[in-house]
Amino acid sequence: MLKIDNLHVRVAGREILKGLSLEVAAGEVHAIMGPNGAGKSTLGNVLAGREGYEVTAGSVTYQGQDLLTLAPEARAAAGVFLAFQYPVEIPGVNNTYFLRAALNAQRKARGEAELDSMQFLKLVREKLRVLHVSDELLHRAVNEGFSGGEKKRNEIFQMAVLEPKLAILDETDSGLDIDALKLVAEGVNRLRDPARAFVVITHYQRLLDYIVPDRVHVLAEGRIVQSGDRDLALKLEQQGYAWLAERKLAGAA
Amino acid sequence: MNAFVRTLLDAAADVERGSPQWLAETRRAAREDFARRGLPGPRDEPWKYTNLRALESRVPRVGDPDAATRVVDVAGFELPGCHGPRLVFVNGVFRADLSQVGALPAGVELGPLAGLLADGRDSARAVFAPEHAEPGAALARLNAALATDGVSLDVAAGVVLEAPIHLVFAGADAGADIAWHLRHGIRLGAGAEATIVEQHLGAAGAVQIGNLVEQVALGAGARLRHVRIQEAGVDATLVSRTDLVLGAGASFDAVALELGAGLSRRDVRLRLDGEGARADLRGAAVLRGRQHMDAQFELRHASPGATSEVRWRGIADQRARAVFGGTIVVEEGADRSDAQLSNKNLLLSPHAEIDTRPVLEIHADEVKAAHGATVGRLDERSLFYLRSRGVPESAARSMLTFAFCSDILDGIAFEPLRADLGQRLARHLPRMPGDGA
Ligand SMILES: Nc1ncnc2c1ncn2[C@@H]1O[C@H](COP(=O)(O)OP(=O)(O)O)[C@@H](O)[C@H]1O
Ligand SMILES: [Mg+2]
Repeated sequence: MLKIDNLHVRVAGREILKGLSLEVAAGEVHAIMGPNGAGKSTLGNVLAGREGYEVTAGSVTYQGQDLLTLAPEARAAAGVFLAFQYPVEIPGVNNTYFLRAALNAQRKARGEAELDSMQFLKLVREKLRVLHVSDELLHRAVNEGFSGGEKKRNEIFQMAVLEPKLAILDETDSGLDIDALKLVAEGVNRLRDPARAFVVITHYQRLLDYIVPDRVHVLAEGRIVQSGDRDLALKLEQQGYAWLAERKLAGAA
Repeated sequence: MNAFVRTLLDAAADVERGSPQWLAETRRAAREDFARRGLPGPRDEPWKYTNLRALESRVPRVGDPDAATRVVDVAGFELPGCHGPRLVFVNGVFRADLSQVGALPAGVELGPLAGLLADGRDSARAVFAPEHAEPGAALARLNAALATDGVSLDVAAGVVLEAPIHLVFAGADAGADIAWHLRHGIRLGAGAEATIVEQHLGAAGAVQIGNLVEQVALGAGARLRHVRIQEAGVDATLVSRTDLVLGAGASFDAVALELGAGLSRRDVRLRLDGEGARADLRGAAVLRGRQHMDAQFELRHASPGATSEVRWRGIADQRARAVFGGTIVVEEGADRSDAQLSNKNLLLSPHAEIDTRPVLEIHADEVKAAHGATVGRLDERSLFYLRSRGVPESAARSMLTFAFCSDILDGIAFEPLRADLGQRLARHLPRMPGDGA
């Protein structure tokens, strides 16, 4: 579904991703872990199409097409979703209105019928119910005045409504208590499907107790430096990232 | 003397000859004054950012002789809650056939000004009283020489008018360039209350210059709510000036949405004359193409304990230009005044322009005053957030633009009208996602 090959990305004149390769097949959940500043969010932003992230080499193929040539909205319509590490507050734009505009724009781009307000509300209520999110959220402006946890929940709620094919979750678990974390995991697990893939960026192996990954990767200094199964996450949890530096030294020697 | 000035002066001489004696003198003085001053130019500080040179070569016909029979789309007048008294002017001419005054409460006099001019009643005289002598007020002077009609509203002390008074100014294609002039007088007695909804609309292709002057006097404790929806045609030039005087404890709440006209200029001069008077002025100019809108406010605190708040938003896309001037003067003795003025602007294109000049002059004690102006662009992070969810870029821009200015509509208490203005604003923005079926 997703094939990233030797990706090099510059941000503000600095090379952040330095030859990152990753393949994710439909139906899989991949976890990406790594120290702060390694380039995890950069990867998410590049996949979602954020401006200012300059690809200097490499390629990203998504469902057989070159993802990098598509505008962010076209990527969304093609099924790419990024749950932001720091969701932005947008005062004055109502959450429901925004989400309906987004869903209908995606549907229109895919040649599907748009939902009228009744159909949309029905869908939204259903999603709120299963995610145990208060419908008060619908009446507020996008993320405005939301607590950290509410923002993360809103990201998962949007994901549930938009039903993407490839969801990238950027530290959606950070700053969440255990109950909120379970909700996020449940949101993901409900969407798990042979036709869908997830890239879960996280610092804590805790989340992976609830979202069991097929593969775990370590991203450090702009590259995937190690891949493995779940046990790799446990090892990282116990040993931290210090061994990475040692491993690098050993490699250099 | 340019062609425009000559044309208007000739017309003014005719109007003067047909005027009752009490008025002819005022008109002559105004005409001579305009002849001397001509159109305001860059040398007049208040016109620094609005160039009227494009008018100089125009030779509009003054008035539209066929205005009485012009076909206008009455559906365009329909506004929520505006089913009561309505006065409609087409190309500056009162249209009784489109207007309705109905049964008004005792103590309310509403009608076209023309009927009051002949016998020189006080109310008519009051409308022509201001000298507009200051530099830059030449067009208001010209209006005194040429306006033969307008709206006259008197609400007696203590009378509360529930239904909004709907004033409609429609521009219709006259097949030629025209200029029209209207003059309004609005007086609320002590404790009286009224709401005015002022609507400007017109078709593209209607080339015209509308010039409006308005006097508003609010007695002690009177309350006037004012909503202005300006959707004049893009080929129209609209110049309007309002002078207000607020008595003790009087209040004035105004919301303006400026969406139309190719060139428009709005002057509001408000004097908080009595102790504890209160004014709340909000508005947004949302411009695109080559639209140019210049909003100039001057609020004068002349008594202690008065409160004023001005919130203006300017949004300029493509090659449009939004100008704002806001001056607050707290006169000597106007202690304990509270004056807030803010002007926030959004620049949507590298070819658009914003000019803003907030001024604060304080000559009193214990004054709470703040003023500020900002010019910014759309937040890139917000834009990316919306797009990453699938909202196309143009729609995302419109959503953020809408969000930037829609809160000024919160000043409209009547929800259906507020929603209607919100929709008008949304329709004005490119590819703004609708509320749908
Ligand atoms: N928009 C940006 N402008 C400048 N530098 C950035 C930007 N985004 C990321 N960086 C830099 O890129 C590096 C990687 O950041 P990031 O991808 O956020 O790391 P991670 O998510 O792994 O903590 C950091 O050094 C960060 O300072
Ligand atoms: Mg990060």
